[in-house]
Amino acid sequence: MSSSKLRILVPVKRVIDYAVKPRVKANKTGVETSGVKHSMNPFDELSVEEAVSLRDKRKLPVEDIVAVSAGPAKAVETLRTAMAMGADRSIHVEVAEDKPLEPLGVAKMLKAIAEQEKSNLIFLGKQAIDDDSGQTGQMLAGLLNWPQATQASEVTISGEDVTVEREVDGGTETLKAKLPMIITTDLRLNEPRYASLPNIMKAKKKKVDKKTLQDLGIDSEPRLKTVKVEEPPARQGGGKVEDVDGMISKLKELGAL
Amino acid sequence: MFSLARPTALRGMRTQFLPSSIAARSPLQSAALARLASTLAILEQREGALNTSSLGAVTAGKKIGGSVHGFIAGKNVKGVAEEAAKVDGLEKVIMVENEAYQRGLAENWAPLLVENIKKGGYTHVIVGHSAFGKNLLPRVAALLDVQQISDVMSVESEDTFVRPIYAGNAILTVQSSDSLKLLTVRQTSFPPAAVEGGSASIEEGTDPKAEQPTSWVSENLTKSDRPELATAAKVVSGGRGLKSKEEFDRLMPPLADALGAAIGASRAAVDSGFADNSLQVGQTGKNVAPQLYLCAGISGAIQHLAGMKDSKVIACINKDADAPIFQVADVGLVGDLFEKVPELTEKLKAQ
Repeated sequence: MSSSKLRILVPVKRVIDYAVKPRVKANKTGVETSGVKHSMNPFDELSVEEAVSLRDKRKLPVEDIVAVSAGPAKAVETLRTAMAMGADRSIHVEVAEDKPLEPLGVAKMLKAIAEQEKSNLIFLGKQAIDDDSGQTGQMLAGLLNWPQATQASEVTISGEDVTVEREVDGGTETLKAKLPMIITTDLRLNEPRYASLPNIMKAKKKKVDKKTLQDLGIDSEPRLKTVKVEEPPARQGGGKVEDVDGMISKLKELGAL
Repeated sequence: MFSLARPTALRGMRTQFLPSSIAARSPLQSAALARLASTLAILEQREGALNTSSLGAVTAGKKIGGSVHGFIAGKNVKGVAEEAAKVDGLEKVIMVENEAYQRGLAENWAPLLVENIKKGGYTHVIVGHSAFGKNLLPRVAALLDVQQISDVMSVESEDTFVRPIYAGNAILTVQSSDSLKLLTVRQTSFPPAAVEGGSASIEEGTDPKAEQPTSWVSENLTKSDRPELATAAKVVSGGRGLKSKEEFDRLMPPLADALGAAIGASRAAVDSGFADNSLQVGQTGKNVAPQLYLCAGISGAIQHLAGMKDSKVIACINKDADAPIFQVADVGLVGDLFEKVPELTEKLKAQ
């Protein structure tokens, strides 16, 4: 049975909190991040919850849950959150704030870590809500040559067999594969838990390994150059109408009916 | 790696007859033309019919310039390939006939594309930012060691593209230094190429017959006679204000029918179980840009606005006059949706 012991890797990203409206910098080089509330990418919370629930709710043989994050020193706060939710330990790959990795770089880094950790199941969020690329999980699956199930809304594991229901255009589809496997999480997958105060305290004692991209042999040279970042064109809110008749006539006037 | 420009006679001709005005264009554009872009547009099919919304990839390919080839694979795709051959702007359709590709699974599609991209020496590979494209292209990108660009809204030049970040709250222009560009394109920004007027040749592609470690078990698609959400000309959308699935089902379908509209929903409505997840409009759901987006009981959170603010006309009904939705709506009605939506439905039907 040792082969079906789950060694789970959960990559998490620290992003601007989902409720904050991002502000584009005046010099058009990016979005203002300093002094702005950050938290764990919401899809990554789903990944952590799913990993932890495999052990505590579904009683599967989970040997280890390792959270990993690449970023500046503050990424450790995100890792502490993951550990307070139930991850056993963490790996922090130090990456300068002004030189963030692109999804391909993250995927290469995660491949190196997954191999070191002998992971056999990796949960990633389907996308990070800052960059909105939605690439890392699929890239990692390609690099590792593992099966992938993206946008998962239900995951069932039995021994080596993994069944995943995934969100597709127009509904869902169900796929089956064997471990090792990459799964990216979608919103309907679960309801992430809140970390309790005792668990937050316990998480402070859990281990965070520090690594650098050099340790992992990762080339962090970006392939994409930011030409500019701009505000989207503002819409003119067009005023209100008094009643339903007013709405219909305004819509006709605008050619929408 | 592989050579970028295919040394065909056609290309030779193109180079020869490049208009002299090229020199006056921006260096990027002239560099693009000098490099002779050639694009592979990946087309989707379902049950032997071409998915026309995937033809946005062809439209994007045309914007880049150079030749555009279509790619289609699956079971009995000859008919689909013939259909695709008539698509305006396609020079060639590459077809791979093999049941193994029928379900669009990334594990065998990725090596299939890698082989055909290498064989064709393409400079650009484009697929719609659909569930299929999103699942597949990053895997291909990793195998080719390329940093893909997702959800492209516009093509500035052969290496420079515009895409939304932060739920559309910022618009990023990026320049790729990869010799091969892989793009997923936003359907609402690249309307499908016309399905007539073209006369592409059909050619069989390479089939690496890679092992498929994943098996497709089943699917559960929402059946609907209504227009498809992502491409509908009109969308009616409901949010948390509908209060329950019963109310959602009572109020929204008649309004949609009165307008001939597709039905959408906010994440709050989906999370509360009022509507199916496939109807979700927003950053993490679908992007829509219909002629009319009419919503009720939606406050207008930034994640929702991300998915609909490119609609031509936005109308909303909400009882909270301060809801952010009113800041983007062209027509706003402050009122109780439980009164206003049925009234609107009746009056629209009477017209």
